[in-house]
Amino acid sequence: MPKSRLAALAELVLAAALLVPALAWAGPTLDSIRQKGTLRCGVNSGLLGFSAPDRQGRWSGIDADFCRAVATAILGSPDKAQFVPTNTQNRFTLLQTGEIDLLSRNTTWSSGRDSTLGVVFAGTLFYDGQGFMVRKSAKISSARQLNGATVCVLPGTTTELNLTDYFRSHKMSFKPVVVNELPQIEQAFFSGRCDVFTTDLSGLAVTRLKVSNKDDYVILPEAISKEPLGPLLRRGDWEYFTIVKWVLFGLIEAEEYGVTSANVDKLKAESKDPSIQRLVGTSGDVGKGLGLDNDWLARTVKAVGNYGEMYARNIAPIGIERGLNAQWKNGGLMYAPPIR
Amino acid sequence: MLHSERVRGIVYQALLLAAVVGVGWYLIDNTLHNLQTREIQTGFGFLGRSAGFEIGETMIEYDPSRTYGRALAAGLLNTLWVSALGIVAATLLGTLIGIARLSSNWLLARLASAYVETVRNVPLLLQLFVWYGMLTELLPPVREAIAFGDLVFLSQRGLRYAWPQPAPGWSAAGWGLAAAVAGVLAWRWLAARRQQATGAQWPLLWPALAMLAGLPLAGWLLGGAPTALERPVLGGFDFQGGKALSPEFVALLAGLIGDTMLYVSGGAEHQGPTGGGPIAIIGQIQ
Repeated sequence: MPKSRLAALAELVLAAALLVPALAWAGPTLDSIRQKGTLRCGVNSGLLGFSAPDRQGRWSGIDADFCRAVATAILGSPDKAQFVPTNTQNRFTLLQTGEIDLLSRNTTWSSGRDSTLGVVFAGTLFYDGQGFMVRKSAKISSARQLNGATVCVLPGTTTELNLTDYFRSHKMSFKPVVVNELPQIEQAFFSGRCDVFTTDLSGLAVTRLKVSNKDDYVILPEAISKEPLGPLLRRGDWEYFTIVKWVLFGLIEAEEYGVTSANVDKLKAESKDPSIQRLVGTSGDVGKGLGLDNDWLARTVKAVGNYGEMYARNIAPIGIERGLNAQWKNGGLMYAPPIR
Repeated sequence: MLHSERVRGIVYQALLLAAVVGVGWYLIDNTLHNLQTREIQTGFGFLGRSAGFEIGETMIEYDPSRTYGRALAAGLLNTLWVSALGIVAATLLGTLIGIARLSSNWLLARLASAYVETVRNVPLLLQLFVWYGMLTELLPPVREAIAFGDLVFLSQRGLRYAWPQPAPGWSAAGWGLAAAVAGVLAWRWLAARRQQATGAQWPLLWPALAMLAGLPLAGWLLGGAPTALERPVLGGFDFQGGKALSPEFVALLAGLIGDTMLYVSGGAEHQGPTGGGPIAIIGQIQ
């Protein structure tokens, strides 16, 4: 039947024509963010302290606050951040395909991710390390005693690879139990399916707080890896990359110079200190250089606080000291290049 | 010429083929171009690189230093293995339930129907969660495992059971079984030929059973009649020795059987298996 073949051909041509706009280059991220008026931000679907929805459905946590900070700098208001829950498997794909504009989801910065995935990390928001949690009744005091253990681990993470490396380099063996979502893997660990749960030390601290008998579980002292967690974005828009990077540095620098959400308006009106004047935008034109206005950092700090305030609000309540995340002047690693 | 139906047919076929190839080429080219523009590296080179992660259960030798290709193959074999077991078990159980639904025994028929009607619309994923939850929450921790003698242990870590220690006798028994299967097939062929030629029938069942039981037994005896068992012993974090069925495996298998059984039993008249597949229909012969 020639007619139906013709129809099929027409359909194919039509389908091809329809695919063109869908696959075409999406254009610079910054333009599309401004055009939409929202910053779509991929976050953890539920990790207390980093990003988790509260009872009113409002996202809280340091990762979520960083999204708000970027949204405030670019779009003027923290409410312009739109949160998209992601898991360890789909996070990079969502970013690559343009479903989200920023991934702020306790994601470890590594050379492989920075170079092969078409994404680029803007910096480190939280310095972490990988640890192990076991039952107290197992009477284990060091990760070196874990030979033969069954280990619960999230798939597609640097955690999974570090775990394997650690056991291999210490000539030990383990059995992995791999579950995709955090609540399920925590359940598997607490029910006794696994002897060990491994993730970043901050995550372990949060997990341990979730059970009433938290004293029955211990976090082993070893940190077996470096886990610098930070925000990342798609390659191909250097203006946007520069803004995200300097929002991060700006929050850290604001803490260093004592600019807080409470005193930023006062400093703007009164401060004669040239460093602070540059931070709050009353002198110089830092913001203009970034393609924003000079008020960018002042309004961001006013909306979400400086890095120290974000830490105190989100991370301190889960019982993690500043440690590596203290300002460099206090012996930590938080060192922002100068804003000038 | 264009009025010839045959020529027109060929022209349309050629045009269609060109369109399909063209669209395919366009899609692949466009994808590669966009991946490159976005600086996403792609290709199959990773298959030869070291995977670096551990896999819980594999049927072929695997460790983290092996390649991604090997890891994929291990995963594929696991899928095939659980599918094969699932197909056999679901066919057997499904047939039984199908027969039970048609039974004149009121209770049996109603029970089978109740099972089918309850489970048929529960999503497979939910069934898997239920099975996995039951296995890991209701069973005791590994140190308080339910023991059947010192041979079989049931705990949250799954089913751990004793298994014969590797010995020449067992491999000889395996060869005996293979020889028996070949012998049965040969016997059937010979019998059929003889019946065609002379009309006389040779017995089939008894020689077949004798071969299937006798040859492996002979191999086992010739190999020194090994009886040593590798028993699971609790040590360190878990049982060591013997064989194990993990809760993940059992839950997956149970879920697959429970779901597929319905289609085999013909209980879900208006639904086929997701993704298609054979459906056995059991009818009553009046």
